[in-house]
Amino acid sequence: MSSSTSDPRFSAAGPPRRPLRLSWGDERLRGIVWQLLVVGLVVSVFWWLWSNTVHNLEVRRIATGFGFLQREAGLPIGESLIPYTPADTYLRALTVGVLNTLKVAVIGIILATILGTLVGIARLSHNWLLSKLAAFYVEVIRDLPLLLQLLFWYTILQGLPGPRQALNPAEGVFLSNRGMKLPFIEWTSVHWLALLAMVVGIVLTWLYARVARAKQYADGQPRKVWPAGVALIIGLPLAVWAALGAPFTPDIPALRGFNFQGGITVSPEFFALLIGLVTYTAGFIAEIVRAGIQSVNQGQWEAAEALGLRRGDILRKIVLPQALRVIVPPMTSQYLNLTKNSSLAVAIGYQDIVSIANTTLNQTGQAIEGIAIIMLVYLTISLSISLFMNWYNARIALVER
Amino acid sequence: MKALHRVVTRAAGGIALAATISLPVLAQPAVSGPTLDTIRQRGTLICGVNTGLAGFAQPDSQGVWRGFDVDYCRAVAIALFNDPGKVRYVPTTAQNRFTALQSGEVDMLSRNTTWTLSRDTSLGFDFTGINFYDGQGFMVKASTGVKTAKELDGATICVQPGTTTEQNLTDWARANRINFTPVVIERLEEVVQAYVAGRCDAYTTDVSGLAATRSAQPRPAEHTILPDVISKEPLGPLVRHGDQAFADLVRWIHYGLLTAEELGINAGNVQQAVQGDNRPDAQRLVGRTGGLGRMLGVDNAFMVNIISGLGNYGEIFQRNLAPIGLQRGPNALWNQGGLQYPPPFR
Repeated sequence: MSSSTSDPRFSAAGPPRRPLRLSWGDERLRGIVWQLLVVGLVVSVFWWLWSNTVHNLEVRRIATGFGFLQREAGLPIGESLIPYTPADTYLRALTVGVLNTLKVAVIGIILATILGTLVGIARLSHNWLLSKLAAFYVEVIRDLPLLLQLLFWYTILQGLPGPRQALNPAEGVFLSNRGMKLPFIEWTSVHWLALLAMVVGIVLTWLYARVARAKQYADGQPRKVWPAGVALIIGLPLAVWAALGAPFTPDIPALRGFNFQGGITVSPEFFALLIGLVTYTAGFIAEIVRAGIQSVNQGQWEAAEALGLRRGDILRKIVLPQALRVIVPPMTSQYLNLTKNSSLAVAIGYQDIVSIANTTLNQTGQAIEGIAIIMLVYLTISLSISLFMNWYNARIALVER
Repeated sequence: MKALHRVVTRAAGGIALAATISLPVLAQPAVSGPTLDTIRQRGTLICGVNTGLAGFAQPDSQGVWRGFDVDYCRAVAIALFNDPGKVRYVPTTAQNRFTALQSGEVDMLSRNTTWTLSRDTSLGFDFTGINFYDGQGFMVKASTGVKTAKELDGATICVQPGTTTEQNLTDWARANRINFTPVVIERLEEVVQAYVAGRCDAYTTDVSGLAATRSAQPRPAEHTILPDVISKEPLGPLVRHGDQAFADLVRWIHYGLLTAEELGINAGNVQQAVQGDNRPDAQRLVGRTGGLGRMLGVDNAFMVNIISGLGNYGEIFQRNLAPIGLQRGPNALWNQGGLQYPPPFR
C-alpha cells in the first residue's frame, strides 16, 4: 500500500473545528461561560474569606505574618533529633517538632506493618489457640478509643520505679519512670562510614538478587542469595570499621544526680505513644492482611500444595503477591491514620509538631499562622505517603496482557 | 480522623478563631464598646475561667463555680445585672484561653493570666489591673531533700505549655547554667499526675498554682514549695482591646474592692456605711455622692451590691485563697506593706 492512503485515524489533524458562535445554543460557548462563572465564584469566595480575615485581624490589632519564625523561641523541648537549645528560633523549634512527628510515624508504620501482618496471618493459623488469641487481640484493640489506650500506656510507664530503684534487666539497660536507658558507643566518623558501607551493601545485595533471578529464569536453577547478602550487609561494614582502626568506646548509662547520664534514652512519652499507635493500628492492619489472604482463591493453595510446596513457601511465593493487590490500598489509609493519630501526643507530653506549634502560637498569639503550619506539615506528610503507596500499588498491580 | 479532629478542637482552638474571624464577623460593629451592649442584650456575662484550679476557679460538689477569679466574674455580673448568678463560666486551658477571648467566645478572661507587653499589644487585649501578684516557683517531693531551686541541675521538670511559665523556666535555667529535661503536658490534671507519679523531679508553675495543687494532694506535707521565686507574674482579668467602657468597668470594680478594704467597708457593714458613714471617700464608694457608677455606665450603688454579695478584696482573698495556704504577702494593701494600691475612687 502507498503512504498516501494511510489510515485517517492516525493523521494528526483532529475532527474538523466549527467556528465559535456567539449564541447560547453553542455547546462550546456554554461550556466556557459556565467554567468562567464557577472559577469566578470560587475565587471570589476565597478572596472574601481572605480579605475578611485580614480586615478583622487589623480591627482587633492582632499581629499577622510569619516574621515570628525568626524570633528566639525560648521554649524547652525534651527530645530532639537535631541539636536544639531554647535560644534557637521558632523555625528550628518547629523543625524539631516535624522531625519528632516523622520519627514516631516512620518507626510506627514499620512496626505496625510487621505486627499487623503477623497477627493477620496468626488469625488464619490452623493452631486454634494462636488464631483465637489473634482474634481476641484484634477485637479488644479495635474497640477501645486510641486516646484511652495512650493514657493507659503512659500511666503504666509512669508506674515504673524511680531512677534510683530502676529495673536493670541486662548490663547497662535501665528501666525507670524516666524512660529506658540503653548503652551505646561513642559515635565517630568511622561509624558513619560503616553505616554508609551497610547502605552500599544493601544496594549490592539487591543487584545481586536481580542477577540471580535473571539466571534462574534462564536455566531454572534456584540460587541462594543470602550468603552473599550477609557478607555484603554485615561483613562489608565490619571490614570498613576494622580497617579504620575499630574505634569502640562503650557509653554506659550511670546514675548521676537526679537521673541517668550517658547512653541513649527512649523517653516514656515516646515509648507510650509508639506502643499505643503500633498496637492500635496493627489491629486494623491485621484485618486488612487477613482479608487480603482470604481473597486469594482456595484453589491456589491446593494447586501449590499439589506441587509439593511447603505452607510457608505457598504463603510467601503464591498467596502474598496476589493478596498485596487487595492489601495495599487500604493499608495506605492506615498509614495516614497512624501519622495523623500521632498528634494525640499532646495528651501525653510527647513534643510533636502539634505540641510545639501550639506552644508557638500561644506564645506569639499568631493562631492562624500556627494552624496553617500544622495543616501544611500534615498535608505534606500525608501526600508523600499517598504518593509512595500509589507508586508501590501500581508496581505490584496484576500485569494483564 | 476523629482523633485528629479531637486534637485540633482540644489543643489548638485556633481553627475556631480562624472560622469566627473569617466568617460571621462582618455583620458586627468593629470597634468601641460593643461588648457591654452585647452582654446587656444577652442578659448574662460569659466569663472565661480556669478548667479547675483550687482557690481560683473550680466547681464545687454541687457544680457551682467557686474561687478568687470566679468572684471577679460575679462582681462584674452584679455591677451589670445586680445578680451574681448571671454568669456563664467557660473553662479555658492555658492554650485556648486567648483564642476564646479574641474570637468573642467569652466577654472577659478571669483566669490567672500574666500581664505581659506582647499579650497587651500583639494579641489585642487590655489588662484591667493586677488582682494577684504572683511569681513562678518549684515544688518537689519533700523526700528528695532539695532545699533551693539551684540544686535542680540535671533534674526532670514538669511544665504546662503555652504559658509564660515555659519561657521563664528556660530563661532562668540559661541564666543559672542549669540543665534540665522538660516534660511538657498540656492538661493540668495530667501534668500534676506526671509529677506525682515521679516522672519529674519538680513541677513548676506560679506559686499560687503550686499551693493549690499541693492542697489538693492527699498528703500535702509530702511536697515542698521551694523558696525561690524566679519570675514576676502579675495576674489580672483581661478584655478585648477596643472596648474601653467595658475595660474601665472591670478595672474599677477591682479598685473599688481594694478601696472598700482600705476604708474598712465589708460585707457585714456595707449597709450601715450606706446609711451612716460620713467619710467623703466612703460616701463616694457606696454611691451616695459623686455619681461614679453613672460614669461607668452602671448603677451608682454598684459597689454596695458587690460588697454585700462578695465582700471586699480582703474578704474575697480570705475566703478563696487562705484555705489553700496562701498568705497575703505582696497582695496586702499598700498601707500594710503590700503592693495593692488603688487609684483614688473619685
